[in-house]
Amino acid sequence: MSTTENSTGHGPEGSETTNGFENPGMPYHRPRRADVDPKADKKAERQVAALFGVSIIGTVVAIGSYMALDMTDEIDSIRFVNMAIGLGIFLAMMGIGLGAIHWAKTLMRDHEMVEERHALRSSDESREGAIQNLKDGAEDSGLGGVKRRPVLVGSMLTALLAAPLAILWPQIGNMGADWNTSNFGHTMWRKGMKLTRDPDGTPIKASDVTIGSAFHVIPEGLNELEHGKIEEKAKAVVLLLRLDPRDLNLQPGREDWSFDGIIAFSKICTHVGCPVALYEQQTHHLLCPCHQSTFDVANGAKVVFGPAKRPLPQLPITVDDEGYIIAQSDFHEPIGPSYWTRLKDTSDGLHADETEGSSH
Amino acid sequence: MGARVNAAASGTANWVDERTSIGGFVKFFARKLFPDHWSFMLGEIALYSFIVLLLSGVFLTAFFVPSMTIVTYDGPLATMQGVEMSEAFASTLHMSFEVPGGLLMRQIHHWSALLFTAAIVTHMARVFFTGAFRKPRELNWLVGFTLMILSLAAGFSGYSLPDDVLSGNGLRIIEGVTRSIPIVGEYISYWIFGGEFPGEILIPRLFTMHILLVPGLILVLIALHLFLVFLHKHTQYPGGGRKHTNVVGLPLFPVYTAKAGGFFFVVFGIVALVAALFTINPVWNYGPYDPSPVSAGTQPDWYILFVDGALRLMPGWLFDVIPMEWEFWGYTLSLNLLIPALIMPGLFFGFVALYPWIEAWATGDRGEKHVLDRPRNAPVRTGIGVALITFYVVLVMEGSNDIIANLFHLSLNDLTYFFRIGIFVLPVIAFWITRRICFGLQRKDRELVLHGKETGRIVRHEHGEYVEVHEPLTDQERWLLVSYDDIAPLEIEDEYNDRGVRRKGYRWDRFKKWLSHLYFEKRISPVTPEELEAAQHEHH
Repeated sequence: MSTTENSTGHGPEGSETTNGFENPGMPYHRPRRADVDPKADKKAERQVAALFGVSIIGTVVAIGSYMALDMTDEIDSIRFVNMAIGLGIFLAMMGIGLGAIHWAKTLMRDHEMVEERHALRSSDESREGAIQNLKDGAEDSGLGGVKRRPVLVGSMLTALLAAPLAILWPQIGNMGADWNTSNFGHTMWRKGMKLTRDPDGTPIKASDVTIGSAFHVIPEGLNELEHGKIEEKAKAVVLLLRLDPRDLNLQPGREDWSFDGIIAFSKICTHVGCPVALYEQQTHHLLCPCHQSTFDVANGAKVVFGPAKRPLPQLPITVDDEGYIIAQSDFHEPIGPSYWTRLKDTSDGLHADETEGSSH
Repeated sequence: MGARVNAAASGTANWVDERTSIGGFVKFFARKLFPDHWSFMLGEIALYSFIVLLLSGVFLTAFFVPSMTIVTYDGPLATMQGVEMSEAFASTLHMSFEVPGGLLMRQIHHWSALLFTAAIVTHMARVFFTGAFRKPRELNWLVGFTLMILSLAAGFSGYSLPDDVLSGNGLRIIEGVTRSIPIVGEYISYWIFGGEFPGEILIPRLFTMHILLVPGLILVLIALHLFLVFLHKHTQYPGGGRKHTNVVGLPLFPVYTAKAGGFFFVVFGIVALVAALFTINPVWNYGPYDPSPVSAGTQPDWYILFVDGALRLMPGWLFDVIPMEWEFWGYTLSLNLLIPALIMPGLFFGFVALYPWIEAWATGDRGEKHVLDRPRNAPVRTGIGVALITFYVVLVMEGSNDIIANLFHLSLNDLTYFFRIGIFVLPVIAFWITRRICFGLQRKDRELVLHGKETGRIVRHEHGEYVEVHEPLTDQERWLLVSYDDIAPLEIEDEYNDRGVRRKGYRWDRFKKWLSHLYFEKRISPVTPEELEAAQHEHH
């Protein structure tokens, strides 16, 4: 041992004193009233029995409430039935609990007893015996000793390590469906698809969108999807806003992505995927209620506060012949939180960096 | 009558014993001693709330349908009429509003889950601050630590089952964090959700995890935890007659059978009372999961709040110039997710799990420890504990920053800026203050031992001097204040021996020496009999 060991630890063989003082031994035991006064003893007994009685009453209350009280469609009546049963259970349990504890505290022994501890370490004899047994076993099997069989041991270990794969590989292989993670990279938005209201799916005319208003948007046809509706919705939800065109700083390369101050951004936060649902009209800020990432709509939804790093992806929109707002294409980058291969799914030569600005 | 019963009992006992040799076990266990202290009940609360979870959980499985198949609601709840929702959510509404006592059982289950995690954490804090994790209990600390992690898994998987909008957003956050793991994150996400979020298989998978896998593991580890408690015999607080070599207490049968058994009913009763009177997780107000809506001021259950707080705390841009999401060689590394949601909890929990070994390196102590420390007598440990709690509380408060801001009319952004600095500064301050308080209490203890208790009686001496009479401590009182280990910092051998050869393991020893000095460089030693005698001499 290269370190100096402190010996303050007391193994069971250790010293019994600390810093020179003697342990004074067990303190004087004071008898309780019930120990010396037969009246107090009787009184405690009655109290315990009464507490058990409370429990029996509680059981009756719980079962009685269940049987006697009717639940209607009124929330208040449902609450009342649950409360009555709950209070019955409370009494039924609490009576037993307090009764048993009161019994222990007043009538059972309270004079502490002493028991010696024994070292956890096995005796030298046991240890030697154990080692000898293992040695004998190893010798018998060829795992060790004179007749070692290294090939046997090696092949067995390899087989044991490999065998779980026979179960795990197919199981894990099945659990991730088609493993096509490139689905992260695109949504159901297509050229010409109408922006419609969430949740009823009615299309939105540019003339409906007044300055300062905000619409929660889903793609046309989402509600009619037979399959994967909720997965598509989780990616495709959009916030449609109209600002005074003088307040709106169009981003380079995106001059024609909005229409007369009407602009659309992905509603899924680029931090960790919550819906960015709170719009502050005065400051043109979008706030994510989960972790408070704040995006400035007037400046390409770039991050002005919080844990998100990237701006919300913008959906290029325009207006069709009938005046409805439609998408020009899908998003040009993956929506939502980042992932390792995100840049591979960023399309149209529009690298995410080109639209990024640092916050101020 | 009595004799007949006795004969029947002894006959049954004989029958069982001849087939199990249970007599030996009963002899060993029945009068096993347990020390008494209120803080030993914290672990019991955890155990009993787990039993309540099992009992109420069985009832819930009788009505819950773990399915994400979409149905249209047609039940008594007017606000949900005609709303599309998963069968999981619909069956949750059914058991709450159409099964008498169903809502009560849901609330008993949810409240006892919150109590379960809270009791585990409080119990761990008790074990930490009293040094109960020291030899030979390091392994049981790890078992308990694993139980704590499993309780989080149990809680989170159960919280997500009703498939309401709040828990759905929680799962969305889990999905986002999973995806941020470099290289394999996207595939882990697909593996968990069976494809794209949210998919149609997650609720059944979480259900199996929640009712079979996690509780099964918890049961096995509880058995191991309690087995080790029996094997080690319980620790005890210092006091007259208590030593590292004995255990002072009352017998399992009947005293602790009554006290601990009764306490189970008390815990159950209190959970039932709270569940009868206070609503928890009213999913019918939130609505079924839909990826679009979310409302402000929503939070996860308390035990996940610290991770949520860390996610809020972490800036996307450091000082507005350094991005916390890096792009290189065509790949993206999201430090703004990895650091708060995976690295921080990993380091935090890792430190907690390994703490018994860290402290053992510092003390260099190899002895079995069965008498607990009073927290003041381990100032650095107590300081570290309070620093960890402070770190945790800062994250929990940041996780509630919107509610705090709203309640106290503060700026949300300023609060976050404050906590961003506070997460580094406040734990250090907390450590320093706590250590000072411990030293102060130790000095007060010395003062009491040396000079006795103030009595408030003023006596005038013959020569006119007024003094207050101090009453010396009793042996029992004194023993409590002087019977702690006075651990000196480790000293190590030189780097080079006499022949100038550098010895092996020097760096490791140097680290232990540094650690030991950190712990014990500054310490208040207990009063020695010599000091006491000198002080008494002075008085007379």
